[in-house]
Amino acid sequence: MAYSEKVLDHYSNPKNVGTLDKNSNTVGTGLVGAPECGDVMRLQIEVDPVTQMITDAKFKTFGCGSAIASSSLATEWLKGKTIDQAMNIDNMDIVEELALPPVKIHCSVLAEDAIKSAINDYRAKNGLAPIVDNH
Amino acid sequence: MLKLPIYLDNNATTPMDPRVLDAMIPYFTEKFGNAASRNHQFGWVAEESVDYAREQVAKLIGADEKEIIFTSGATEADNLAIKGVYEMYAQKGNHIITVTTEHKAVLDTCHHLEKQGAQITYLKVNAEGLIDLTELENAITDKTILVAIMYANNEVGVIQDVKKISEICHKKGTLFFTDATQAVGKIPVDVIKDGIDLMAFSAHKMYGPKGVGALYVRRKNPRVKVTAQMDGGGHERGMRSGTLNVPSIVGFGKACEISMTDMESDTARIIKMRDKLEAGLTQLEESYVNGSKEHRLPHVSNISFKYVEGEGLMMGFNKNIALSSGSACTSASLEPSYVLKALGLGDDLAHSSLRFGLGRFTTEDQIDYTIKAISETVTKLRELSPLWEMFKEGIDLDKIEWAHH
Repeated sequence: MAYSEKVLDHYSNPKNVGTLDKNSNTVGTGLVGAPECGDVMRLQIEVDPVTQMITDAKFKTFGCGSAIASSSLATEWLKGKTIDQAMNIDNMDIVEELALPPVKIHCSVLAEDAIKSAINDYRAKNGLAPIVDNH
Repeated sequence: MLKLPIYLDNNATTPMDPRVLDAMIPYFTEKFGNAASRNHQFGWVAEESVDYAREQVAKLIGADEKEIIFTSGATEADNLAIKGVYEMYAQKGNHIITVTTEHKAVLDTCHHLEKQGAQITYLKVNAEGLIDLTELENAITDKTILVAIMYANNEVGVIQDVKKISEICHKKGTLFFTDATQAVGKIPVDVIKDGIDLMAFSAHKMYGPKGVGALYVRRKNPRVKVTAQMDGGGHERGMRSGTLNVPSIVGFGKACEISMTDMESDTARIIKMRDKLEAGLTQLEESYVNGSKEHRLPHVSNISFKYVEGEGLMMGFNKNIALSSGSACTSASLEPSYVLKALGLGDDLAHSSLRFGLGRFTTEDQIDYTIKAISETVTKLRELSPLWEMFKEGIDLDKIEWAHH
């Protein structure tokens, strides 16, 4: 199977690899997937509590190249967005941007799950109700 | 000079030995006859060449040339052996014993027969990949017509105790079939000493051409018969009809002859490189060799690099190194290797495995390059792995409630 140039680039030069302080009230953490399934993504966002703007995003991923690329791309897209804007990121946007083949669509789904899970973790920490996924 | 890419997937297939190709060439254009043409020169030449190849093949495994049935490969030979015995010995019984780590060509053939009324017992293996001989003995009933157990496994290289298995089969009065595709040409296999009644093997795993293999069918003590699965002109003593693939059979014969003369020196060289590779890669923390290290083919190594996913790992070097992974992402089924799971590996370790298959044309500088490239990629991907970070923080990953998809 051939990978797209964009997947290869994110794999070789992943953006925003790292860890934010998961105990901080301004940080939301999403940990999705399972080792048995061969994919685990951890995506973290740092949120400005006044503007609700995502000021930083980090990830670490255990998985195939497409999973690494999906989460790397997600962190790039998250930075500078408000939480409401971030909720609108759709997995198919990731599929399109990275030209993922059908067997790798689950990687993009996982990335979308990770984004929503990180946002809801942030919301829970700050006494806000979780946003329910309408998908 | 190091030549890239490096081929370390010799369990999937081997490159053809140039000596084999040389032997085959005349049979495409000049000596193109049909071995079944009894009335002219072209046919006679083809028939003689097939006879000679049959001797070369038989000699490698200690058989008589009349006991070699040429097929299109090991998959066909597996099918012919299992379905052929099932039909031929239907009056005696309908029970077949096999193992969970067999190749799909054996397992799926057994599943097929199950639908037709066969009783199949699937023996488990231990963490080393070996079956329990007592369990085998206890599983044999008076309805058992065949025990089908592979000689050496294609994913981990583990070699079963074929001699003891055949002794048990014969004591209990059942036939013993072995898929020896990975073993023949690599380690000494002798159908008499090993007590084998039927055996499947293939040319392209031993530096011969693709599309040709053989089924060994014992002719005495006991005389074994299989019902043909391909009807037609009655070739191969009526057991496998179809015009013989003369050039490939000639190549198969030559490959067997070379394997016989070169086996000792090949093995000595390959095992040294394999051990070097293994020593180098297990320097990495949390890396584990899968399967028995004692009872193993000399050219195979299967290693899990914990907290790194196999396909992601291969992506780091697959422009330059060709090998296989037990990771689900590399297969169509999205399930990790059933062989590694049968050895008791968790899905996580199965997802993290790489299979190295060295061969006759592997060189030491390729091994040095591979150790370096894989070590670097594993280290890089662990920096990216949340599981590695948790492991380093002392978090027990088994205690986390993962959201399964």
